[in-house]
Amino acid sequence: MKNSIAERVADFLKNFPPFKSLPYPDLLDLSNQVQVVYLEKNAILFQVGDAAHQNFYVVKDGAIGLSVISNGEEILIDQCDEGDIIGLRPFFAKNQYAMAAKAQEESILYAIPIEIFKPFVMQNQEVLNFLLESFASNTRNPYDIDYKGKLISENSFIAKQDPEVPYFQPIVYSKKTITAQSTDLVEDIAKLMSSHKIGSVIIEENQLPVGIVTDKDLRFKIATGKFPIRVPVSQIMSAPVITISRDISIAEAQLLLLKHGIGHLCVTRDGTPGSKIIGILSEHDILVVQTNNPGVILKLVKRATKSKDLKAVREKLTALIKNSIESNIPIQHISNLAGEINLAITRRAIYLAIEKIGEQPPVQFAWMNVGSQGRREQLLLTDQDNAIVFEDVEEERYEKVKNYFIELAKKVNKTLNKVGYEYCPAEMMASNPLWCKSLSEWKQQFSTWIFKPGEKGIMMCTIFFDYDYVYGDERLTNAITEEIFKNIQNNQLFFAYLGTDALRNPPPIGFFRQFLVESDGEHKDTFDIKSRAMLPLIDAARLLILSNHFTGVNNTMERFKKLAELEPQNREFFEACAEAFANLMYFRTREGLSQDSGGRFLNLKELSKSDKVKLKNSFQPIHELHAILKQRFQLSYFT
Amino acid sequence: MSFDWFRKTKKEAPQFWKDYLSGFQKQAGNPLSKRYVVFDCETTGLDPKKDVILSIGAIGIEGDAILVNDYFEVFLEQDVYRPETVPIHGILKTGKEEKLTEPEAVIRFLSYIKDATLVGHHTNFDVKMVNQALKRLDLGKLKNKKIDTNDLYQKHKGWQSDQYSGLDELCAVFKISKSDRHTASGDAFITALIFLKLKKKLRI
Repeated sequence: MKNSIAERVADFLKNFPPFKSLPYPDLLDLSNQVQVVYLEKNAILFQVGDAAHQNFYVVKDGAIGLSVISNGEEILIDQCDEGDIIGLRPFFAKNQYAMAAKAQEESILYAIPIEIFKPFVMQNQEVLNFLLESFASNTRNPYDIDYKGKLISENSFIAKQDPEVPYFQPIVYSKKTITAQSTDLVEDIAKLMSSHKIGSVIIEENQLPVGIVTDKDLRFKIATGKFPIRVPVSQIMSAPVITISRDISIAEAQLLLLKHGIGHLCVTRDGTPGSKIIGILSEHDILVVQTNNPGVILKLVKRATKSKDLKAVREKLTALIKNSIESNIPIQHISNLAGEINLAITRRAIYLAIEKIGEQPPVQFAWMNVGSQGRREQLLLTDQDNAIVFEDVEEERYEKVKNYFIELAKKVNKTLNKVGYEYCPAEMMASNPLWCKSLSEWKQQFSTWIFKPGEKGIMMCTIFFDYDYVYGDERLTNAITEEIFKNIQNNQLFFAYLGTDALRNPPPIGFFRQFLVESDGEHKDTFDIKSRAMLPLIDAARLLILSNHFTGVNNTMERFKKLAELEPQNREFFEACAEAFANLMYFRTREGLSQDSGGRFLNLKELSKSDKVKLKNSFQPIHELHAILKQRFQLSYFT
Repeated sequence: MSFDWFRKTKKEAPQFWKDYLSGFQKQAGNPLSKRYVVFDCETTGLDPKKDVILSIGAIGIEGDAILVNDYFEVFLEQDVYRPETVPIHGILKTGKEEKLTEPEAVIRFLSYIKDATLVGHHTNFDVKMVNQALKRLDLGKLKNKKIDTNDLYQKHKGWQSDQYSGLDELCAVFKISKSDRHTASGDAFITALIFLKLKKKLRI
């Protein structure tokens, strides 16, 4: 009896390796033995440690996430789409799965019995090679054009084997912690540190950490004579201590060090300051594990004295980003690190400019990054967008004060340009008198944008509403924020304008799910990932977070994560948006690094099949987001 | 002769029918069969009294998996023929498919389904069509349990069970590609996918 369902299965499989290499009648026989399995979203196909199944699997529809458990946390290693193979392990090893496979969306899989496939493997050298390569190279498809450097497979614990992913290794901390009491004298503690040859001591009370003393404290507070040597240590110790649990990854520890600008973390039993001390982790411990390290880069920033030094640092950062992308390190993490370093570079540039002018700023000011820099989404060297706000001054001083800051901004803009951040073609830079204003001028400016929202004003809003405090007096930027929120409260018209603007971006895919490419011009036939896919998410995230009256998050991924918290009923959807944005950023960054461009225009021909599927999946939330905007801000009247 | 007449009606049921029925008796002691058979008939029309089956397609499900080799498809030789329905099912009176007589097809169908629970979209219609064919053989009705994916869908939606949703609508809702729609086996496979999804959602 002819089996038309088996034919249907065979017709699907024949498009993908290794089935491609099989003669059709064999493929048909094989297809006859297939089971069609349906998995609900989040259903688990197999867990780490599960006994091997009798089948391996081919994804027909949907997406399956492969993850390993590292540091007590599940880490997604790869997403398998249409045509990808999962669960080869039983072919080669008769033991348990080393990865977990979980449906990230509703999925249909073809389960192929291993016993039945084995004879085909043995008879067909090409098939055997494919499976061996898949298994050995840790890629799910070694024929994929961009497989190099991908770390994909359920075959092994990547975290244990691959030196390229040190980020996910658990921290190695020193367990012999030297502690002291807060009543101990500084002198005794210094002696203790010398005799143990250590750079820091945790101060404890009842085995709980209450403070920390480091070489730096001794240098700054004792050696300078600020405190006498025989005071109780409680007077000079730093408190509170930043604590972590033993199972966090190097990546997280590193981020904490960067964030707090410190060199030591205290490891406690449950990671909180309220539990017993079990060790200490220093920056040095991390350095030992990692040589090409963001901490080192950051140090270099601090030591830079010329724009040339900063440029060298930025080149190191690009190399780091490239490496991380190739190692499949989550884009969120890469972007956090790059954000910190970009910020440090700008801060240093400002510091150096002030030094060069040789005169301290006449009044308090704050430097803001705006646009993509303000959102800390700048992984590639795109153009700089920034602004300055300075304290209000008497009219007669205004001219002189403003000139100082324009002068300062010119120097900073120039340095940043030398580092590699192009001048903004639209002159949205602090050296432009328009964007170097006093606090009341800025308040006025934002009010105008909000209450008279013309098309141009709205464009300015989308750029300037994503401002990020960089340097100077943060109270000034906070004052602007307050003013904005006062003005947008219940301001339906403003939100409607912002919403209409968010809907103006061209759609990414057509009715038949085909990519819509640019029809003419320099970028003809390429896909504009920025305006067709990223801007809709960026704009929607900004609008939704503003309408939720939430400040302090600029980053689009973080905005979506915050929205997921603020609106638990839409949690899943907003999380999907955050993930979609991360994927898009990954694609753009990869493109930009390989083409040495802004990565905005993707050449679809160079994308692999699975990349295209992944890319299309990232478009999914856009449509629904637009529906939400239309409904929430009643945009039917406007569009 | 009256005796002959009597014998004819009381004649012993054919072996295949006995085998079919015994599948259900066996169940008394054993646990219920976990096998589902999703099936679909292409017919000459929608009137079970006048129309006849042109083809039957069916596929088995066990647990959460469709078993591709647990497959059934037949085309039937029929005298009733309605040119106006050809565009829907695409079966020509003298098509190239190998065709069986109706009794032969029914016999094979019974031996294939055994005691499985029958699943279909508006399965009552398909069951009626088969029952009519059985009646023409002087046999009783199908004994299998039945599940209608339309009922499941309405239940899943929380709607009244007398609402009607077509297979095309469900394909759209469950994002199932509609290739091979309106062949018996194609519809059976589509229905099987829908059933797997609903089965999970309703925790059957």
